Amino acid sequence: MNSAHDLGGMMGFGPVDTSDQNINFHEEWEARIFALTLAAGATGCWNIDKSRHARESLNPAQYLSSSYYQIWLAGLEKLLLAADLVSSNELADGGRREPPKPVANILKSGDVLNVMMRGSSYERDAVNEPAYKTGDMVLTKNMHPEGHTRIPRYVRNKPGTIERIHGCHVFPDSNAHDNGENPQWLYRVRFSARDIWGEDHPARDSIFVDLWETYLEPR
Amino acid sequence: MVTNKHDHSHTHDEGSELSEMDLRVRALESLLIEKGYVDPEALDVLIDTYETKIGPRNGAAVVAKAWSDADFKKWLLEDATAAIHSLGFTGRQGEHMIAVENTPDTHNVVVCTLCSCYPWPVLGLPPTWYKSPQYRSRVVIDPRSVLAEFGVMLGDDVAVNVHDSTAETRYLVLPMRPEGSEGWSEEKLATLVSRNSMIGTDVLKPVGKIA
Repeated sequence: MNSAHDLGGMMGFGPVDTSDQNINFHEEWEARIFALTLAAGATGCWNIDKSRHARESLNPAQYLSSSYYQIWLAGLEKLLLAADLVSSNELADGGRREPPKPVANILKSGDVLNVMMRGSSYERDAVNEPAYKTGDMVLTKNMHPEGHTRIPRYVRNKPGTIERIHGCHVFPDSNAHDNGENPQWLYRVRFSARDIWGEDHPARDSIFVDLWETYLEPR
Repeated sequence: MVTNKHDHSHTHDEGSELSEMDLRVRALESLLIEKGYVDPEALDVLIDTYETKIGPRNGAAVVAKAWSDADFKKWLLEDATAAIHSLGFTGRQGEHMIAVENTPDTHNVVVCTLCSCYPWPVLGLPPTWYKSPQYRSRVVIDPRSVLAEFGVMLGDDVAVNVHDSTAETRYLVLPMRPEGSEGWSEEKLATLVSRNSMIGTDVLKPVGKIA
């Protein structure tokens, strides 16, 4: 969806505050919402793409005026409500009113390190041959889906070159909306900075973006 | 945990946004624990894992090994996932790794314009600036100015490659080995590697002949 999370190329935010070097959490609640998000995700009630979509589909004004972990809190509340794990009355004051809903898994403290160290691969068995090979010239589609997508606006309808084939990966646009993993080929695509941003940009600069086959056309 | 008095009070003097956030998150935490969805001890372990166990020292070990071992460097650049996992740096947000090499001709810098994708197993959690709208919006359109704000000045003869982490692939920059570090052990080399140099917002400075 076209929303405030898709920040590439926006202007007016000012310089980067580079001073903050080695702090994960500025406040205790930031650490707690980080951990709550991971632990609640381990119930299996949603996937990473749904989780991203919950955050990016916040009202754009709310997204841009919230801190990073405020966005995580708002996203987690949406996911919990959508999965019917909590009610809005319960969220309002933290008091339990409804019985818990059965969930697939509870992350136990003794399993945390193993679970985090194991991760979960997003590569799947190939379902077909890749349409493109390294060096092929492609054009990204002019597309504006209302749901989740991982093609940033700034690289839509732009010429690029296939730089690398990553493999067949879970397709977020599908996985975020209960339409299955729909795995398809994922490519690293190289774009000239000039093709994206115009002739006044350095000719030798490039932008590399990982894009699924559905986002691409031959040129 | 949370009292009704706090919940319905809008007048307390310390009522900053952060304390409001503290109350909201505490309420949510107690609710999820009471409903049995999360194990409270697991929350503490999760935080401790990323505060003390997983961080940029892991990535520094990868970089130091690549500087010291030509075969490992070749492997890292061809198949970073296998090379990095072989050192034990596996897991969440590092399942599919790509390493990109900085050279005198090419400077690489990593961003996630859409959210905050970052290679947790080798770098830990992202710094605040990496997640900020300032960095995410500007580094793709004006990387040289952003890098200058970090003190990295690049000549016109250097190509800048910006990597936008839009998929589950995660990027590690292999910085140039500092001059003056010839003959150093891997362990000692690792101490030279800054977190930002592995994102691409730092270039490592030469070290003195006598270390």
